[in-house]
Amino acid sequence: MISFILIILASLFFTGIIIRVKSITSGRRGPGILQPVKDVIRLFKKGAVYSKTTSFVFQVAPSIYFASILMAIMVIPLGEYRGFISFEGDFVFFAYLLGVGKFFSIISALDTGSSFEGMGASREALFSMFAEPAFFILMGSLALLTGHTSFQEIFASLHFGSYISYILGVLATFVLAMITMVENSRMPIDDPKTHLELTMVHEVMILDNSGFDLGLIVYGTNLKFAMYGALIANLFMGSFPLYITIPIFFGIQVLFAIAIGLLESFTARFRMNHNAQYILALSSVSLLIFLGVLLVLGQFN
Amino acid sequence: MTIIAAFIVIVFFTVAFIPFVNVQWKGIITVMGVVIVALLSSIPALKALAGQDSEYLFRGSLVTGKIPVRFDALSGWFILVINFTFITGAFYGLQYMKPYRSQRANLSLHCISFMLLQAGLLGICVLQNSIAFLIAWEVMALTSFILIIFEHRKMETINAGINFLIQSHVCIMFLTLGFIWVALKMNSYDFKAIALFSASNSLLTGIALFMCFFVGFAIKAGFVPFHTWLPYAHPAAPSHISGIMSGVIIKIGIYGILRMLLLIRSDYLVIGYVILIISLLSGIYGVMLAIVQHNLKRLLAYHSIENIGIIGMGIGLGCIGMGQGNNLLIVLGFAGALLHTLNHSLFKSLLFYGAGNVYQATHTMDIEKLGGLSKRMPHTAILFLIGSLAICGLPPFNGFISEFLIYNGMFTGLHGGDKTLVSFIVFGLFGLALIGGLALLCFTKATGTIFLGIPRHNFHHLPGEAVWGKLIPMYAVVVLIAAIGLFPKGFMMALSKPIGLFIYNPGNNFQPGKLPAAEALFMIGICSAGFLLLAGLIYLIKSRVTMRKPQPVNATWGCGYTGATEKMQYTASSFIRAYRKLAEPVLSIRKKKKEIQGVFPAAGGQETHPYDKTEEWLIDYPLQQLKKFFNRFTFLQNGNMQFYILYGLVFITLVLGIPFAFEYIKSLLNFLNKL
Repeated sequence: MISFILIILASLFFTGIIIRVKSITSGRRGPGILQPVKDVIRLFKKGAVYSKTTSFVFQVAPSIYFASILMAIMVIPLGEYRGFISFEGDFVFFAYLLGVGKFFSIISALDTGSSFEGMGASREALFSMFAEPAFFILMGSLALLTGHTSFQEIFASLHFGSYISYILGVLATFVLAMITMVENSRMPIDDPKTHLELTMVHEVMILDNSGFDLGLIVYGTNLKFAMYGALIANLFMGSFPLYITIPIFFGIQVLFAIAIGLLESFTARFRMNHNAQYILALSSVSLLIFLGVLLVLGQFN
Repeated sequence: MTIIAAFIVIVFFTVAFIPFVNVQWKGIITVMGVVIVALLSSIPALKALAGQDSEYLFRGSLVTGKIPVRFDALSGWFILVINFTFITGAFYGLQYMKPYRSQRANLSLHCISFMLLQAGLLGICVLQNSIAFLIAWEVMALTSFILIIFEHRKMETINAGINFLIQSHVCIMFLTLGFIWVALKMNSYDFKAIALFSASNSLLTGIALFMCFFVGFAIKAGFVPFHTWLPYAHPAAPSHISGIMSGVIIKIGIYGILRMLLLIRSDYLVIGYVILIISLLSGIYGVMLAIVQHNLKRLLAYHSIENIGIIGMGIGLGCIGMGQGNNLLIVLGFAGALLHTLNHSLFKSLLFYGAGNVYQATHTMDIEKLGGLSKRMPHTAILFLIGSLAICGLPPFNGFISEFLIYNGMFTGLHGGDKTLVSFIVFGLFGLALIGGLALLCFTKATGTIFLGIPRHNFHHLPGEAVWGKLIPMYAVVVLIAAIGLFPKGFMMALSKPIGLFIYNPGNNFQPGKLPAAEALFMIGICSAGFLLLAGLIYLIKSRVTMRKPQPVNATWGCGYTGATEKMQYTASSFIRAYRKLAEPVLSIRKKKKEIQGVFPAAGGQETHPYDKTEEWLIDYPLQQLKKFFNRFTFLQNGNMQFYILYGLVFITLVLGIPFAFEYIKSLLNFLNKL
């Protein structure tokens, strides 16, 4: 409940911070941090142009995509406080819900019959497919470590005791952060500010969306950022009371946004044909976490 | 008893009537027969699922001994799955076969086989006498062979049929071997003898016996590496037969494996690990090959292998649970497996019927030639889309429920597992997640290129929507798909009896009313409904807000180039090109490429022909070696009558001479010994 509201709040300024950081590092002042939300509101007020090759899929896909993200956010807890939805194995539901959104965004790109959008759809499908195992191995390791199988129980009982578990925390943060970048098609995987359609992933898929639909998709990206930020924040929350967890939550969201801004300012995008291997390698980092958990549990003694 | 008698009478009369009636009545009589038989057999099946097992003894003959017909919860579940798919298949087939009405004799044979196939499958589920079981199995194999080769004038169809026939009989050979082994030792053909035999022998014997049966059933089910018949047989058969084959015929292999698990007492832990590994392999390999296929039905066939893998994972987990005495794992594993059996039979038959609609509208199954069909066939497009979502295991449809159960089983297995188990499970998680992702890639490709975009090929006749007679059975399947997705808890409850059979120690901590994951499933049902409502609400808001805004229709954005040409569209091959590049080392893809050269280039092109690497190694290579070996003896077959008479003489001489020579040498040796 509380996590849902907090994530919505965080989504309002998250991309704003990223843009601001990128502006400052490149020597400009940049827009205010609420500018992305203002853009979305402007989009909501506009009419739309539809391609004549599209069918019903193109009409409904943005709504389903947005709904899947909203539902996924409802699953996420805040420390001890559960989200709207919480049950044993809820993170499987979480991952597969996002899958529904992805399915529709991919086929709606194919619906336009454009070669560019097909290209983007192909890449999105491939990259997100390789990111999935990393997430499941990570959650499996955390489930093994804590002995629970729902987001809320895992995060509430997660506490760092030994040196190894600190390393695990760092690795888990890394994996989640990279998954965020893959899912949102950001810098090491994809450059959202690129000017050439041939090198885009996510941006090229939505070339034909406009007006309200585009607004939904753009705001969906903001929500996704805040959602993964909340997941990372949950790693460090434990079972503190609210007046501590809420500042932790916003602190980590801001830090995460700044980190993404810096990352995007100082790194270049990977070569497109190396992306898949790189993302699959994320699974091996997750496996490292798994081995670490086995160490913590003393399975190797 | 009356039910069984009525069953036999109806099957007999339907089969006897079909050849003599008018051609438009053949299909209707078959459908009626199928429906009545289905209703009849569902009565004891439902009773068994509710907990009332029943048993009938046929007197049998001197050879077979008594033939027991036993309805328990496991056979009940499978009977219901078979019946539902057969009913939708029969109704769909009724419309599908209309264009073939000129082939009267062929159609009669098809209808008779269809009826007998259902009877055979139902028989397999309940007959518990080895010989009767094998006869039913043979009936199933032969009738499905006849059903597959309906279009027997096509070379590839007859090839696929013969491939299927041979592999079915390899499967029967393994089963016969297992049954003979038990019958030799126990002197009884009753299935109870198998249980007695394994209980009175060592665990190792149990494993060997189980593996013998497992290989037999795995060939039918299509586990890798025993799957090679499957991708040929499915595309060759008419679509309703493909749907039934993929939906229930291969599931009978799963039934066999589960039945043997119940009967044979052995080291379940080892068996569980073996099944888990084979299933992971099947799952990943199946979907990896599915992605690169160009033929829609072949693509779906490879997906059957993948789904059999997922079912197998559930069985493997359940087995490990049996080995450890962990009831939670047993329940989740077998519930996942059994529910996925139903789920797969639903969405796979739906997808095959959809493919059938596409085939009859366009007369091609080549994905590269299709495109933009959603405007011509909106119903088929929506149905295929729902099937795709379900097979990818996405909520709010049924595929998610069974995959969730298996995931849940894996996470349950993590607790208190030792190092080996935990590592296996983590690889299982990796595999299942990867399968999910790959399936998403595959079905976005299939739906996207077949139904969306603009047409890629000019057909002589514009493709049109299928008749309602075909669409109604498909919508019936969708209703059940959605029902499982939205009310999963009820279906889990219905499964409590069949799962109860596997429970190691019933008194321990297992209560049928309180199944694990039932709460979670209930929540999933609510959340799925919530998700649908939310998506609908957002769409409603959108249409309200944008109602008065201008919404012009224009060309797709083309980076400045707006010449409408379908050749600029992304094709299915280009959609998966990046994947193909990555997977090439594992797969075997033959490529033909003609580069564009020079200032005034001639036409260029590229072709890829996906082939199966296991088939290359396990079927083609040994066959080639065998051929090479036997070719050395071709000089014997020289066409000269004199030579053949000579062979006969040589043979008779040898038959008479060798024993004589043997005796002679023996006496000679005796003589030498005496010296």
